[in-house]
Amino acid sequence: MNIAVILKQVPDLAEELEIADSGAELDPDEISWVLNEFDDHALEEALQLKEATGGTVTAVALGGEDVADALYTALAKGADTALKVGDFETPPATHAAARTLAGVLGGRGFDLILTGVQAIDDVDGWTAPVVAGYLGVPHVSVVTHIAPADGGVTVNQEYAGGVVAELDVHTPAVLGVQAARAVPRYAPVSKVRQAMQTSTIEEVDAEAAAGTGVTVRRLFAPEAGGHAEMLSGGADAVAERLVEILKERGLVG
Amino acid sequence: MSQDIFTLVEHRDGQVTEGSFELIGKAKALAAAAGGKAVAVVLGDDLGAITAQLGGADAVIQVAGASVADFTPTAYVAAVSALLREREPALMLFTGSAEGMDSSAGLSATLGLPLAGYATDVSREGDAAVVTSQVYGGKLMAEAVLEGATALVSAIAGAFPADAGRGDGSPAVETVDAPAADVRVTFRRLIHPEAADVDITKEDILVAVGRGIGDADEIEIVEELAEALGGAVACSRPVVDAGWLPKARQVGKSGHKVKPKLYVAVGISGAPEHLEGMRDAELIVAINSDAKAPIFGVAHYGISEDLFDVVPALTELVAG
Ligand SMILES: Cc1cc2nc3c(=O)[nH]c(=O)nc-3n(C[C@H](O)[C@H](O)[C@H](O)COP(=O)(O)OP(=O)(O)OC[C@H]3O[C@@H](n4cnc5c(N)ncnc54)[C@H](O)[C@@H]3O)c2cc1C
Ligand SMILES: Nc1ncnc2c1ncn2[C@@H]1O[C@H](COP(=O)(O)O)[C@@H](O)[C@H]1O
Repeated sequence: MNIAVILKQVPDLAEELEIADSGAELDPDEISWVLNEFDDHALEEALQLKEATGGTVTAVALGGEDVADALYTALAKGADTALKVGDFETPPATHAAARTLAGVLGGRGFDLILTGVQAIDDVDGWTAPVVAGYLGVPHVSVVTHIAPADGGVTVNQEYAGGVVAELDVHTPAVLGVQAARAVPRYAPVSKVRQAMQTSTIEEVDAEAAAGTGVTVRRLFAPEAGGHAEMLSGGADAVAERLVEILKERGLVG
Repeated sequence: MSQDIFTLVEHRDGQVTEGSFELIGKAKALAAAAGGKAVAVVLGDDLGAITAQLGGADAVIQVAGASVADFTPTAYVAAVSALLREREPALMLFTGSAEGMDSSAGLSATLGLPLAGYATDVSREGDAAVVTSQVYGGKLMAEAVLEGATALVSAIAGAFPADAGRGDGSPAVETVDAPAADVRVTFRRLIHPEAADVDITKEDILVAVGRGIGDADEIEIVEELAEALGGAVACSRPVVDAGWLPKARQVGKSGHKVKPKLYVAVGISGAPEHLEGMRDAELIVAINSDAKAPIFGVAHYGISEDLFDVVPALTELVAG
C-alpha cells in the first residue's frame, strides 16, 4: 500500500498562548510549534502498515513555520519521502488547507491518506473528511485500527465507552487516526540530523485556496464563569486544607 | 433558504443519545426566534421506537432503509446531502461524536457549506450564523461567522441543556427513502469492550491521572492516593494510548462517562473531550501546575502546584 500522511504543526499548549492585536488570531511571534499529537499516531500507523505489508509512506505538510522539522523527523522514523506543499506565512484553516492538499495528493495514486483525527487550532472542521470530500473518495474519522483487506482496508471507528464499529473501506480512502496500534516511535536527534543531511524534501508549489465562508472574528480566553476556588500556600498547606474540606463533606473518615 | 433548523439525531441501542436532545433543545430556541421549525432528522432501518422519543422537535424526517441501518460516513453524507439541497434549512446541528464529525465535515466539503466544530453556542445575525467554539484544548474560545446557504455546526457535548430537547409531543413524521447502498464503506459489526476488573462508572471516589504524570512508573503515587481515599484510579486518554493503564479506566468522550461523589484530576489539562466524561461529578478537585489549565473551569477546588509534591502529601494525611 502506498500511504500519504498529512502532518501539521500546531501551537504548543504547554506554552502561554498570546492573542495578536487583531484579536482574531494568535500572535505568531509568540508561538512555539509542535507536531499535532494525533498526526504522530497517523504516522506511526502508516509505518506499521508499511512494515507489515510493504509499500511506501510519504509524509506531507503545507509549508510553514518549523514544518521541515516535522518532515525530517518523519523521514528519520522511516517515511520514504517527504513532500512540502506551498509556503504559507499563516497556516490556512481546514477547508483551504484541505483543498490545496487534495489538489496535490489527488494525482499521485495513494491508496490511503492518513491524518490525525483533529487538530486544536481551527474551527472549520476536520481535515480527513474534507480532503476526502474534495477528492470524492470515502472517509472515516476516529480510527483506532487499520488492517489490509480485499479491495481496501478494515478499520475500527471508536465511539463512546470504548465501543468500536468495524467498517470495510474501499481504497483510495482518507482516514482520521485517533490512536495507532502502538505508542508512536521516537526518533533520536542524531537520526533526525542524519535525515537532514542525507535526504531532501520534495517541494511543490501551491497557492492558497478559498475556504467555505467561515471567518473567525474574535479569539478570547473563556469567561471565568464557574472557576475553581484555588487553594494556595505550598503543597503541605493545600493538602491539609483539602483534607479538611473532604472531611467536612464526609468523603474522608 | 428556509428558517428551519435541522438536527442530525444519533441513536444507539434503541436510545436517542443525550447529545441529540441537547441539539434539539437548541434548535427549538433558534427556530422559534426565526419563525421556523426545529426538524429532527433521523436515519435508520427500523425507527419506530426512535421517533417516539423525538416529541421535543417540531417535525421529524426519518430517512429509512437498509443502507443507513448502521452508521457509515458515505451513506449518511449521501442521505443528508439530498435533504439539505432540497430543503435548504438555515442551520443544521450535529453532535461532536464520530458520526457528527464525519457527517458534518463530509457534507461541508461535498456541498460547499460553511462548518464550525467544537461549538458551545450558536446564534444568528441576519442570515449568518455566529458560532462560539472551544479551541486550543479549551484554553481559548473562537467566535466565527458562517455565511452560506446552510450553516453546519457540530457542538461539544454538554453545550446545551438536554432537557430542553425532550418532550412528549407527537410531531409529524415524514419518511424519506434512504439512498442506494454505497459499497465503498460497509458496516460489519459493533465490538463491545471486554468486562474490566474495576467499573469506574460505579465508583464513588475516582483519582484520575493524566499525561502530567509523565511516566508509567509514577502512576504508583496516584494508586496510593486512590487506595487511601477508598476509591479507584481513572485516567485521561493519553495515559491509555501510552499503554500505562487499561482502556477501561479512561474517562471522556471515547471513554466512560462518570459521576462520582469525588473526582480528583491529577495532571489533566481539561480538554473538552475529557470534560465530557466527568463534568457532572459532585465534587471536582484539580491538581495542575498550569494555573490556566481549562480543568480549573469545571473544578470546585483547584491546586496549582506540582503534583509530585501535593499527591504524596495528600496520601500521607488521608492515610493518617
Ligand atoms: C475524538 C476524540 C476523542 C477523545 N476522547 C478522549 C477521552 O475519552 N478522554 C480523554 O481524556 N481525552 C480524550 N481525547 C483527547 C483529548 O483531546 C486530550 O488530548 C486529552 O484529554 C489530554 O489529556 P491530558 O489532560 O492527560 O494531557 P495534557 O493535555 O497533555 O495535560 C497534561 C497536564 O498536566 C499538567 N502537568 C504536567 N506536569 C505536571 C506536574 N508535575 N504537576 C502538575 N501538573 C502537571 C500540565 O500543566 C497539563 O495541563 C479525545 C480526542 C479526540 C480527538
Ligand atoms: N494546514 C494543514 N497542513 C497540513 N495538515 C493539515 C493542515 N490542516 C489539517 N491538517 C491535517 O489534518 C489533521 C486534522 O486537523 P483538523 O482537521 O484541522 O482538526 C491534522 O492533524 C493534520 O494531519
